[in-house]
Amino acid sequence: MDTRKRPAKSRNATNATNAQTANGARTQLLVVELTINGSSISLQLDPRTSLLDALREELHLTGTKKGCDQGQCGACTVHIDGKPALSCLTLAARAQGKQITTIEGLEQGDVLHPVQQAFIDQDAFQCGYCTPGQIMSAVACIAGGHTGTDDEIREFMSGNLCRCAAYPNIVAAIRQAQSQIQGA
Amino acid sequence: MRPFTVETAPTAEAATAMAGQYSDYIAGGTTLLDLMKLDVMQPATLIDLNAIPGHAGVEITQNAVHFGAMATMAEAAANQELRAQYPVLAESLLLAASQQLRNMARLGGNVLQRTRCAYFRDARESACNKRNPGSGCAAITGNSRAHAILGTSPHCIATYPGDWGAALAALDADVDILGKQGARSMKFAALHRLPEDTPDRETNLAPGDLITGFTVQGPWPRSRYVKIRDRSSYEFALASAAVALKMEGDKITEARIGLGGVATIPWRAKAAETALQGRTLNETTASEAAEIAFADARTTPDNAYKLALGKATLIRALLEAGA
Repeated sequence: MDTRKRPAKSRNATNATNAQTANGARTQLLVVELTINGSSISLQLDPRTSLLDALREELHLTGTKKGCDQGQCGACTVHIDGKPALSCLTLAARAQGKQITTIEGLEQGDVLHPVQQAFIDQDAFQCGYCTPGQIMSAVACIAGGHTGTDDEIREFMSGNLCRCAAYPNIVAAIRQAQSQIQGA
Repeated sequence: MRPFTVETAPTAEAATAMAGQYSDYIAGGTTLLDLMKLDVMQPATLIDLNAIPGHAGVEITQNAVHFGAMATMAEAAANQELRAQYPVLAESLLLAASQQLRNMARLGGNVLQRTRCAYFRDARESACNKRNPGSGCAAITGNSRAHAILGTSPHCIATYPGDWGAALAALDADVDILGKQGARSMKFAALHRLPEDTPDRETNLAPGDLITGFTVQGPWPRSRYVKIRDRSSYEFALASAAVALKMEGDKITEARIGLGGVATIPWRAKAAETALQGRTLNETTASEAAEIAFADARTTPDNAYKLALGKATLIRALLEAGA
């Protein structure tokens, strides 16, 4: 018998939509102005609200996913001022004044971003849950010139976990999109 | 997460004046928000440092490099001159975290990151002298696979998980601190405290102290950071080694060794450095240095593998740095 105890799982105490604290007192809501995919929007938020919860629960932009809520999986990846960042570890109130881009902001009208199209063409997802985060990181991977070798791609993309193991096809999708975007 | 207020500091001096008993500074917030969600850290006030001007560059001069504490890990790691003159400092940043985290996290906060010990992170149930002094240490008799073998005490065996810290330890960095009484400098070696019987006191910073920068004398072009972990990327070290060498021909004139993943604080292996001085660098001398570096290791059944792994990692780093 294995007598070692496994550590108990911690539960996440964040609640984006309920401003009540544990003892029933109400916290003051903040007015937060966010710029999402080029549009400005004003929200009233519990100060504890993560950018991830603001996007999903307040703005119903559910493309960005909550995988771990602890900064360990990358499913919540968005662009903040053009750079990939984790929305689960960003307070919505501190994202004011920044340009936030989500997966919903990539397509132009009805035309998918080349990276989105490449993910379809290369079968780079199965369940699709990590995929928006993968795509956001992939866009930055190409734009930042981190596609010299496949190893370089894998290293840059290492912050996005995929339990379906679509990794080889993700690398192929990035190659396809890179050659399309950069004509290489 | 417990309720809190956020106050924005316009200057570093204002930040230190605003600091109080229940406040924490926030810059990138990658450790702080994670631990606040787990109810391990419970600040009532966050003092936002992001409006403070300056403190963000990496400046390389002939004999030193200076980092502003607000520089992101990504910015510092991308600095081409840093990669050339101090590879161990650039590599230890690049091999840490993920691209997303490196874009968010700042150097000042990076060295203060907390342990990844699962019991420390479990505020609901687990005994942890670091989080709750006097409650015991669940790791010592529990799952200690990732825990430390150097610098431990009967009260705490939690690993310091940082990579850059191991490199700063090796290169004997200086830390600029702004406190309530003004500015001062501290050796990086003096920043972190061994757990001993007060594992809850992790640093020698006074209340309100704010790290504003780091200085490393150099350059150290012959340096290397080797990080060994279960996955090839995006994971904390099981064992790592930050080494820097000065050589004349094949003889070592000066060696610096910092260890990560195996110790409770950023670990400088000074006795091993001395043993290498004046010697030819080869597998034999590197092995002898590794034996000395781990001579005082205390292991549990779960982490005994770190003894061999730690030594092999150090040997590899030495030979690669000297090649």
